[in-house]
Amino acid sequence: MNAVDIKSADLLAQMAGAIASGSIEVVDLTHTLDQDFPVIILPPEFGQCARFRMEEISAYDHRGPAWKWHNISLCEHTGTHFDAPSHWISGRDIPNGNVDEIPVDRFVGPVCVIDCSAGARQNEDFELTPEIILDWEKSHGPIPADSWVLMRTDWSKRRGAHYLNMRDDGPHSPGPTPDAIRLLVEERGIRGFGTETVGTDAGQGMHYTPPYPAHFILHGAGRYGLQCLNNLDRLPPTGAVIVATPLKIKKGTGSPLRVIALVPGKDA
Amino acid sequence: MTDPLSPPPKKDPQKRTRVPALPSGMRSRAALGLAVAAAEGRFMLQGCEACGALQYPPRDACSTCLSVDLKWRDVEPTGQLIAETTVRTSTSVYFRERTPWRVGSVKLDAGPSVMAHVHGDVAREAAVRLINRLDKSGQGVFFALPVDGSANMADDPQLRELTADPKFRRVLITDARNENSVALAKAFADAGATTIFVGEPEGWRPYPHRAALAAIANVAIVPLDVTDTQSVTELAGEIGGKTDILVNNARFIRPGGIMDRGDTVFARDEFETNVLGLMRLAQAFGPPMRNRGADGVNSAAAWVNILSVYAYANMPAYGVFSASNAAALSLSQCLRAEMAPGGVRVLNVYTGPTEDEWHQPLPPPKVAPSALARSVVAGLKDGLEDVYVGDVAKDLIERWRQGPKLLEREMIAEAGEAR
Amino acid sequence: MARARQAYDGVVLAAPTTIPYQRFSTETAHWWIARALAECLKTAGIRPAELDGFAVSSFSLFPDTAVGLTQHLGLTPRWLDHIPMGGASGIAALRRAARAVQAGDVDVVACVAGDTNQVDSFRRMLSSFSRFAQDASYPYGAGGPNASFALLTDHYMQKFGATREDFGRICVAQRDNALKNPHAVMKAPLTLDQYLSARMISDPIALFDCVMPVAGSEAFLVMREDDARAAGLPHAHIRSTIERHNAFPEDAIQMRGGWAMDIDELYAMADAKSDDIDLLQTYDDYPVISMMQFEDLGFCAKGEGPEFVRGKDLTIDGDFPHNTSGGQLSAGQAGAAGGYIGLVEAIRQVTGTAGPTQVAGARTAMVSGFGMINYDRGVCSNAAIISGAGA
Repeated sequence: MNAVDIKSADLLAQMAGAIASGSIEVVDLTHTLDQDFPVIILPPEFGQCARFRMEEISAYDHRGPAWKWHNISLCEHTGTHFDAPSHWISGRDIPNGNVDEIPVDRFVGPVCVIDCSAGARQNEDFELTPEIILDWEKSHGPIPADSWVLMRTDWSKRRGAHYLNMRDDGPHSPGPTPDAIRLLVEERGIRGFGTETVGTDAGQGMHYTPPYPAHFILHGAGRYGLQCLNNLDRLPPTGAVIVATPLKIKKGTGSPLRVIALVPGKDA
Repeated sequence: MTDPLSPPPKKDPQKRTRVPALPSGMRSRAALGLAVAAAEGRFMLQGCEACGALQYPPRDACSTCLSVDLKWRDVEPTGQLIAETTVRTSTSVYFRERTPWRVGSVKLDAGPSVMAHVHGDVAREAAVRLINRLDKSGQGVFFALPVDGSANMADDPQLRELTADPKFRRVLITDARNENSVALAKAFADAGATTIFVGEPEGWRPYPHRAALAAIANVAIVPLDVTDTQSVTELAGEIGGKTDILVNNARFIRPGGIMDRGDTVFARDEFETNVLGLMRLAQAFGPPMRNRGADGVNSAAAWVNILSVYAYANMPAYGVFSASNAAALSLSQCLRAEMAPGGVRVLNVYTGPTEDEWHQPLPPPKVAPSALARSVVAGLKDGLEDVYVGDVAKDLIERWRQGPKLLEREMIAEAGEAR
Repeated sequence: MARARQAYDGVVLAAPTTIPYQRFSTETAHWWIARALAECLKTAGIRPAELDGFAVSSFSLFPDTAVGLTQHLGLTPRWLDHIPMGGASGIAALRRAARAVQAGDVDVVACVAGDTNQVDSFRRMLSSFSRFAQDASYPYGAGGPNASFALLTDHYMQKFGATREDFGRICVAQRDNALKNPHAVMKAPLTLDQYLSARMISDPIALFDCVMPVAGSEAFLVMREDDARAAGLPHAHIRSTIERHNAFPEDAIQMRGGWAMDIDELYAMADAKSDDIDLLQTYDDYPVISMMQFEDLGFCAKGEGPEFVRGKDLTIDGDFPHNTSGGQLSAGQAGAAGGYIGLVEAIRQVTGTAGPTQVAGARTAMVSGFGMINYDRGVCSNAAIISGAGA
C-alpha cells in the first residue's frame, strides 16, 4: 500500500466515525413516493408521466401467508428523480447519456446551494439570473467546476394544487433563465442542477428561448438534473456533499432515487 | 294516490342490517326472454311466426298451431285488471318480509291474461298499463300501473322494489374531472338524491368546472382515483356502507388504434381506468353494496357503468378505447352475477361519441352531458340494465343485433372512408 | 250426437281405504302409500305378491315413480300406471283401471294416492310445481295456490255477486260433517262468524278457505264384479265418467271447469238426472271451486252457485249432502290423496260402509276431480257417477 491509499482509508474511517457521531449529518433530500405526489402535466394529447402506483401482491394472507409485498409502477420521472442527458433531444447523442452508462463517481459530489426562497416567496415566477449567481459567488466564492448547484426556493413545502400551481396558462413556479444556465454550464462547468420544483425549469419555462432552457442546455452539455428535491433549507451554501444514485435502468433517461446529503455538523 | 315516501331515518346502529332475500329467480329458458326485454324496459310477448298468436306464459311451441317458431315482439301494454288479491302470507322469505303484496290478473287488450304485480293506485277492475321490469332476482316481471300517473307514483313500495330510484339514496359518481360530472350530479340532485359524493382524482391540479360542481346541492367532493387501489379502498372504508348507487363514470380516452399509436402507453391508461378501475371499485364498494341490497328505503340499489357502445364493435379510429370498453362490458357481466345475491342492479349506459374534447373533430350527432345524465337517472328510475343513449348508440346496437359480423364489416368500411 | 260409450259392466269399486291423516310426518310418501296399499289388500284378502295391477299418485315420491315402488314394495303387477293429475287423480285412476279390468288386461287394480308432509315440503313443492307456475305465477308474491284461487274467487265474486258468507256456508257445513269423521284433522266446530272474522291469507281468501296440508293416503280397488262377489266385498258400480283437460283456454280467467263441456254426457251415460244424485263429493281445495262444480255439474246454472248454497243444507243430514267426510277443507289435504278423498268416501257411502258419516239411504253418488293449477287455473277435471246397494 502506498501513502495515498492509507490516507483515503483513514478518510473513510473518519467519515464513518463522523457520521456515527453525528458530526457529519446525513440529510434526506427526497420526497416520499406517494400516489398523490404531483407529476409534470403536459398537454393531454402527449404521453404523460405515470403516477406512482402500488398494488398489494400479498399481505400475510391467502395470497402469500408469511410475506407482504407490492408491485409498483411509475415513470422514470416520477417523484424525486434524476434526469440523464438522454432525457432531452439536445442530449440524445451524448456518450454515456443513459442512467445505466453514467460512471458511478458522478453520483457523489460537492454541492452549492443558492437560496432563492425569499424571492420565490414574493414571486411565484421568480427567475434565477446570472446576477443572482454572481452575487452568491461574492459571498461564497466561485462555484467550483464539476459541482452540483441546487436552487433553493422552499417550494418543497408547498402541498396539493399549490405545488404545480397550475393555471389556465400553465404552471407557475420559479426556475433559471437561459443565461443563468449558460453561465453555470458553460462558464462554471457544473456537473448538474437541481430544484425543489417538478422540473429543473421554471413553470413557464416553455416561453424562454430555447424553451425549457435548463433541460436543453444541461443535457445538451451532458450534465444532469435533479428535481422534486426536499429539505434544501437544511443544506449550507457550500461544503455539503450529495449522493444521488439513479436506478441502473437499461437505456433509462432518468430515475426516481433517494438523494442524501452529507452535511458538516455544528462541531465540524 | 300514493303517499310520498318519507326520508329514511338514520340507521339504528344496534339493529342488524337486513340480509337480502330474493324472489324466486328460477325460470325456464323461454321465460328468460322476459328478462331480456325487461333489461331495456320493453314490454314483449312471444308471437307465433306461423299463425300470429300471442303466447303467455312463455312457451316452446305455439298453443294455437304447434309451430315452434316463436319470436318475442313488442306488444301494446294495455289491459284491464280483472281480478286481484293481496297476498298476506307467503312461503317466500322475500315476499314474507314485504307483505301485504298486491297482485292481479290482467286481461291484455292484445289477448292473453297475465298475472302481474299491481300498483297501489290502480282501482278495482280499472284499465291498466303494464310494464315489464326486472325484479330483485333479475328476472322479468309484469307490473300493472294506473293509466294516468300521479305525483308520487314512483314511491309505491312495490314499484320501488323494481327500480333503483335515486330519491333518498346516496350516490357516488366517480371522476369529478370528467366534463360530464356536473350534469350527472345535477340530475341526481334533481332526482332527490340525499348525498351526491363525487370522486375527485388528482386534487393537486385544477379543472374548470370544480366550482360549478361544488355549488350543486348535496354534492360532496371526495378524493378518489380509480387507478389507485389505496385511494379506492380508503374511500370505500369511509362511505362504502352508505353508497346506494355508484356511477362508474371514470373513463380514459385517446383516439387511435394499434399501429397509429405505436406504443401501449395510452392503452395501459385506458385499461387502468376503464377496466381495472371498474374492478378496483367493485372490489371495494361491491361487497358493502351487495350486503345492503335490502336495507330499507335507501338500500343499495344499483351500479352504473357508462360505457362506449363501441364495446360491441370496435371503432378503429378509437380502437384501443373500444377494446377497453369491450373488456369493461365483459366485466360488467361478471359484476352482475356477483351483485345478484344482493339484488343490486348493474346498469350499463352505452353511449356513442360524447360532446367532449376527445370527440371534438367528429361530426354530430354527439351525446351531450345533460342527455347522458338524463338517461342514467331515467334508467335507474325504470330499473333497467341496458340503456343506449343517443342516435349513434341506438343505431349501432340495432345493427349489432342484425349481425355482429356484418357490423364489423361496416365498421371497417367506415374507417376506410374516414381515411 | 256422440257415439254411445260402452258401459262399465262387470267392473266394480271396492275396499275403500283411508289411513288417518297427520298434520306433519317425518315419514316418506313410500311409507304412506305402503300403509294404504297393505290395508286395502288386507280388506280384499290379496297378498302383495299376487297384486295384478297398481296405479299410484303422489307429489312427494321423487325421485321415484310407480316403477320404483314395485321393487320397493315387492309387487309384480302386469299393469302399472302413474297418474300425476293431483286432484283429478282418483277418477283418472278409476277410469283407466276400469277399462283395463273390463278388457281383461288385468283382474284387479289397487289405486293408491299418498303424500307425506314434512315441515318444509309445501314451500319446496310450490316453487317447482310446474314450469308455468315457476315462470309466471310463483314470482308474483309466492302466495302459491292461495293467491291463484284468491284471484279466481275475487273475479267470481265480482262477476256473480257471491259473498264471503256464501263460501262460508260451504266451509261451515263441511266442518259439521268433519266433526262426525273421527279421522278428520279439524276437530273444533266452525261457526259462520268465526269463518268471517278469520285473518286474511290472500284477499278474499281467509284462513278457513284454505285446506291444511297434511300427510296421509287413500286407496281403493278396481276389480271384476264376479271376484268382488266371490270375496264377499261390498262394492260400487261405475255408471258414468267424464274427463277433460285444459278446457276453455280462451276464458280470461277461470269461471268454469272442463265438466261444463261434458256434463250432458255424464248424465246421459248414467241415464240419470241431477235429482237422482244422493250425495255429491266435489274437489274442494277452495270453496269457490266447489261452487263452480255445483254449477258445472248441473245442480244449478252458471252464476247461481251463491243462491244455490243459500237454499241448500250441505251437511250429511241435509237436503244436499256434500263432502260428507269433511272434505279437504276440514279433513286435510294429503297431497295427491286429496284427489282420492271424495271418491273413497263415495264408495263407502253407496256401499253403506261410511259409518258415522253415512248419509241415510245413499245409493248414488257423484264425485268430481279437479287438478293442477299449472299456471292460473286448474287444468284437469273429471267426474263419475257411482251406485251401490246402499246400507
